[in-house]
Amino acid sequence: MDLFEYQGKQFLAGYGIAVPSGEAVTTVDAAVAAADGLGYPVVVKAQVLVGGRGKAGGIKLASDAAQCRAHASRILGMDIKGHTVATVWVERATDIAEEYYASFTLDRSAKMHLGLLSARGGVDIETVAADEPEALVRLHIDPVDGLSESATRAWVARAGLNPAAVEGTVEILGKLYRAYCEGDADLVEINPLVLSTAGAVRALDAKVTLDANSMFRHPGYERYDATQVRDEREAAAHERGLQYVGLDGSVGIVANGAGLAMSTVDIVSQVGGAPANFLDIGGGADATVMAGALEVINDDPAVRSIFINIFGGITKGEEVANGIVEALGRVVIEAPIVIRLDGTNAEAGRAILAPHLGERLVVEPTMLDAARRAVALAGAGSS
Amino acid sequence: MAILVDETTRVLYQGLTGAAGRFYGLANRDYGTQVVAGTNPRKAGTDVEGIPIFATVGDAVRETGATVSCIFVPAPGVRDAVMEAAEGGVELVVCITEGVPAHDQAWFYNKLRRDFPSVSLLGPNCPGVITPGRCNIGITAGHIAEPGGPVGIVSRSGTLTYQALYELKQCAIGVTTCVGIGGDPVPGTTFVDCLGHFEDDPETAAVMLIGEIGGSAEEEAAAFIAASMTKPVVAYVAGATAPPGKKMGHAGAIVSGGKGTAAAKIDALRAAGAHVGANPTEAGELMARLIADLPPTVRGA
Repeated sequence: MDLFEYQGKQFLAGYGIAVPSGEAVTTVDAAVAAADGLGYPVVVKAQVLVGGRGKAGGIKLASDAAQCRAHASRILGMDIKGHTVATVWVERATDIAEEYYASFTLDRSAKMHLGLLSARGGVDIETVAADEPEALVRLHIDPVDGLSESATRAWVARAGLNPAAVEGTVEILGKLYRAYCEGDADLVEINPLVLSTAGAVRALDAKVTLDANSMFRHPGYERYDATQVRDEREAAAHERGLQYVGLDGSVGIVANGAGLAMSTVDIVSQVGGAPANFLDIGGGADATVMAGALEVINDDPAVRSIFINIFGGITKGEEVANGIVEALGRVVIEAPIVIRLDGTNAEAGRAILAPHLGERLVVEPTMLDAARRAVALAGAGSS
Repeated sequence: MAILVDETTRVLYQGLTGAAGRFYGLANRDYGTQVVAGTNPRKAGTDVEGIPIFATVGDAVRETGATVSCIFVPAPGVRDAVMEAAEGGVELVVCITEGVPAHDQAWFYNKLRRDFPSVSLLGPNCPGVITPGRCNIGITAGHIAEPGGPVGIVSRSGTLTYQALYELKQCAIGVTTCVGIGGDPVPGTTFVDCLGHFEDDPETAAVMLIGEIGGSAEEEAAAFIAASMTKPVVAYVAGATAPPGKKMGHAGAIVSGGKGTAAAKIDALRAAGAHVGANPTEAGELMARLIADLPPTVRGA
């Protein structure tokens, strides 16, 4: 789950990290009221989950109420790379002396946590990584040992920050690592981490991605899940517990397992079709899940045929078949369905489907045959 | 020979008394696996269709001589379950459970490596391991696997593991062992581990590797193939046509560098001498041609 900047700052503040005081608002009047309360100058920042907000004009400094009103009215509703700005974060402006970069994430190759620290913050850190790799100082952290203060000090020393920033940075990095681990984050990134002219170190931006698998021990994360940006189809799929990514084609796809679903998208493309979506019903999906998946795909007007590709391990063939039959009884499925069903209890599943087979519901023996049939049906349906 | 498991392997199940553990534990026993115990601290002394339940893995190992534990407990309990298995004295832990938080995975991977270096972990979020005709541990539908050899399979994706077994069966090619390593952020066993086992296994003459986009496991496998494999490898990488997904912020992009796309992985595998199929069926056909060209003594099985 990707957090908006304001949520990220609130998340970091919860672990004692200094962030500028501010308020998240959704109207121009509320933005001005927030700024009046905070005191000028303020920064008005568009809240979207995409980089390059500044260049797009989504971050503006306001030195009085009139400027704040003008900026907020321009930024609210603005489109930034396809994301509409619904919320702005109004915060007290900070006088910046220096800008740094700090993050923690998992290094999947090393199978350890990786801290990245740079004295060159505030800019595109990927450019720094490419042009001046020595300016990005890495620290691998064994999850069992954690991050000690002495290791943090040595790391900060290697990064060559302004001596005035060292104590504050050591303190923030300790808290940031705690937030990363205890908060079950996939990523915590502060860019820029600033040294203010007054000598304080604080987080001026926050990019936080939380692990959705950890929600069982973080019930409060429901509120972040509720603000995830999803298109209509994705939202409908998410409500049903399905992994769905909308694509632009006409062949609706339902598969079990991310690998098989990806492979199904590949094979539909390879035989000349255009997938309408990626949809993984997951392991052990039952009839209700399958029926829900078909409903989500059925609601996509671009879909001309549906390819259900199931290889049962933990998912059982008769459950899949029952789900298809249940969905057919519950809603009118517009597009013809091509099914490929193998694995656990596949024969029982095919037996359940047998009486329902016809022009609108066909079974093919292999993934490749089924892909070709689904693509042919999609073509026939659109002409 | 095969790798990791065979007909002599004695297996216990953590979570045998739960719905999934019971279904697959019994299915594994029906397949011929030596399913010798289950654990559940509240049900010690009872049994599941004749399989004795013990309070702890330690008790089960002492009483039954189990050397492998297969974990089916729900995600919140996996971290403790993995450590209980290691402390209880098994050699291999197979964790089927999906949805385990990444921080837990990173923690127990490093804890095992440090404090239990002789214990291997497979998974989490994996289908398990099957040596067809001899031992099936996990959720693979055993009947889709052709026993014998000479092909070893290693896969990051559960359902694509079944697809690979199925494709080889269609070509009447036997499998020595099929290992699903799982696609989670910190897999206990890697492609490289399995490629090394297959290289050392006299019954395996060729390896099929099923990868997918994300991470750098396929690139690491390619480096190992180039440096250390004498046996041929056929590969398939899922996600060639996937649109670029949300990347994990800048830090993630920096960690993976240019790696992670299907194209980069396929290039790396081809450069290492692997044969790469565009889809699972083509990979199966590539393997069939390769096997046909092997000397009959190796092809055997």
